[in-house]
Amino acid sequence: MFEIGLSHYLSVAAILFTLGIFGIFLNRKNVIIILMSVELILLAVNINLVAFSVFLQDLTGQVFAMLVLTVAAAEAAIGLAIIVVYFRNRGSIAVEDINLMKG
Amino acid sequence: MTYLLCIFMPLTGAAIAGLFGPWLKDRGAQVVTCGGMLISAGAGLIIFRDVALNHQPITVPIFTWMVSGGFEVDWALRFDALTAVMIVVVTVVSCAVHFYSIGYMHHDPSVPRFFAYLSLFTFFMLMLVTSDNFLQLFFGWEGVGLASYLLIGFWYEKPSANAAAIKAFLVNRVGDFGFALGILGTFLLFGTVEFDAVFGAVSGKASAQMEFLGGQYHAMTVLCLLLFVGAMGKSAQLGLHTWLPDAMEGPTPVSALIHAATMVTAGVFMVARLSPMFEYSPIALDVVCIVGASTAFFAATVGLCQNDIKRVIAFSTCSQLGYMFFACGVSAYAAGIFHLFTHAFFKALLFLGAGSVIHAMSSEQDMRNMGGIWKHIKFTYAMMWIGSLALAGVPFFAGYYSKDIVLESAFAANSGVGLYAFWLGIAAALMTAFYSWRLLFLTFHGEPRADEKTMAHVHESPKSMTIPLLVLATGAVFAGYVGYDNFVGGSMKEFWGNAIFVAPGHTALSDAHHVPGWVVHLPVIVGLVGIGLAYYFYIVRTDIPGAIAARAGWLYRFVYNKWYFDELYDALFVRPAKYLGHAFWKDGDGRLIDGLGPDGVAAAARYLAQRSSRLQSGYVYHYAFAMLIGVAGLVTFYLFVRAG
Repeated sequence: MFEIGLSHYLSVAAILFTLGIFGIFLNRKNVIIILMSVELILLAVNINLVAFSVFLQDLTGQVFAMLVLTVAAAEAAIGLAIIVVYFRNRGSIAVEDINLMKG
Repeated sequence: MTYLLCIFMPLTGAAIAGLFGPWLKDRGAQVVTCGGMLISAGAGLIIFRDVALNHQPITVPIFTWMVSGGFEVDWALRFDALTAVMIVVVTVVSCAVHFYSIGYMHHDPSVPRFFAYLSLFTFFMLMLVTSDNFLQLFFGWEGVGLASYLLIGFWYEKPSANAAAIKAFLVNRVGDFGFALGILGTFLLFGTVEFDAVFGAVSGKASAQMEFLGGQYHAMTVLCLLLFVGAMGKSAQLGLHTWLPDAMEGPTPVSALIHAATMVTAGVFMVARLSPMFEYSPIALDVVCIVGASTAFFAATVGLCQNDIKRVIAFSTCSQLGYMFFACGVSAYAAGIFHLFTHAFFKALLFLGAGSVIHAMSSEQDMRNMGGIWKHIKFTYAMMWIGSLALAGVPFFAGYYSKDIVLESAFAANSGVGLYAFWLGIAAALMTAFYSWRLLFLTFHGEPRADEKTMAHVHESPKSMTIPLLVLATGAVFAGYVGYDNFVGGSMKEFWGNAIFVAPGHTALSDAHHVPGWVVHLPVIVGLVGIGLAYYFYIVRTDIPGAIAARAGWLYRFVYNKWYFDELYDALFVRPAKYLGHAFWKDGDGRLIDGLGPDGVAAAARYLAQRSSRLQSGYVYHYAFAMLIGVAGLVTFYLFVRAG
């Protein structure tokens, strides 16, 4: 068995982050998936914060992680609310259909 | 007090009628302006008695106008014999025209405006003739130009009236340009614009040289010629005369007052006023003489063929102004002013008489549509006869005395230009008599050519129009006889005093009393011949005029179209100016300035905005991508550039 060290945590975080990014870009279907991908990115950041906090013996990082969690929760709530309203107004939340801002 | 009253009553009347017209209504405005003019005319006669008959010239200072370094100008009213004569002419004729207008304009919807303009004109004209320096003269000069413009374009809903007003203004501007240059040159040479100071210094500068357009010339000649250009414009002399016939678009009283009796004579007045300067420039005098004589001849020929009753009289005015100028040109200023004096009465009479005819004929001005109306408007008919007799110089009417002395002076000058003026003047006198009686016969005699409705309507004008005619007719009959002795006869020297200066060698006027008998009688004889010819052509053998016009077609057309001056100017100045203006407007302003300026900048901003708005796809993931790229870029920058 090998010791699970800092680099493993960082690797997992990096993978999650990358998944999140790709989730945003490769997804062509649903806005909710974009929202979930954002959550993934935030999660990756959280893992980084906690990992570094333990590694550097500094609790500040974990305090930040808590903050990020609350912000993420709020963001998810608002995001979902927007999506619900949007669906009611336009009858679709397919990513392809949401381009009202097109110039 | 009398002096100020005379000058400023018309201004007061104009201000009240102009500013409070809507509240005063027609009647109020008429009372204010006519009352003011009546006072002014009364004061004018008193001034004439005091200043001219009792030989007491006076200068009334008002206040200092402007001081700038060595340049000082005062407002002052100068009254001498010359001014007094002009004041009588201006106030009396203006007064008559004011009263006449009450009747003539009573159908018009904007009577107060008309009377305000008329009084304003009178004020400016009085300022002009009482001026004590060149600048004040210029003020009056431009003021009457403005009033003339306003009154020609009085019926502003008529496009032709507007065009005529603009034409009058623009042609006068050409003259005024020369006039302004002359004034500036005078200041340059003398260092002052006061008349007395300039006239006092003239003899010292008699042979001074002046640089003009890159050459050295005799200063007095340059100045006088420039000033004379101004006089030509105002007095409608050959070359700058084209505005006067068109000015007949204005109401008839305006034509009588401004374009016959007063404003157009301002040029003659100016030359007489500046006689101390003109006397030192023989060349300028010759030019004045030649231009005057040519105008007298030219305008008389054109008058022969015109069909509009007012245009005939307008060309006659132009022609008579030519007489006045060539009198001045042979140093017989007094004769010129004498003719101005008598002419004012009979020409205003003719115009107002024509106005009465037009009034009776329901605004018909074409003589071809008149005829046979003398039985219906006997009074007007008699007035027109008196005016025409005076104009043609038939003995013992006003024009006889003045026109004869003018022609005799020209003959007595005994110079080439003098004789040129004399013979052209004689020819013009013949034509003058002819076209005056042509006008009378066509208008009043023969078969009625108007339609029955108009003929049934022919009526004598109201009292307010006939009484002014009577006043002017009195002047037209007696002005010559009464004025002869003082103006050009034995008491000439005492009468004029220092108002007119004639160089010692220039004796045309005093010699005029000693010319051969045939010279004295010739003008009368040709006048009677002209009348006889007109009688033969238009009463006895009415087929002759048409036959002549058909036989000498090109000559007839040449004269009928006023020697093609308008067409010439149109091709030479109007069209190029219009073309240039159009080019500047479309290409210069439209394409260049607007194209590069406001329109260009706006179009560029719009184009760039449109292009950059294409970047906005509207898809959420594109924005997210841009954010990430941004973050990556910033982090990279921080790591490798700042930290590294």
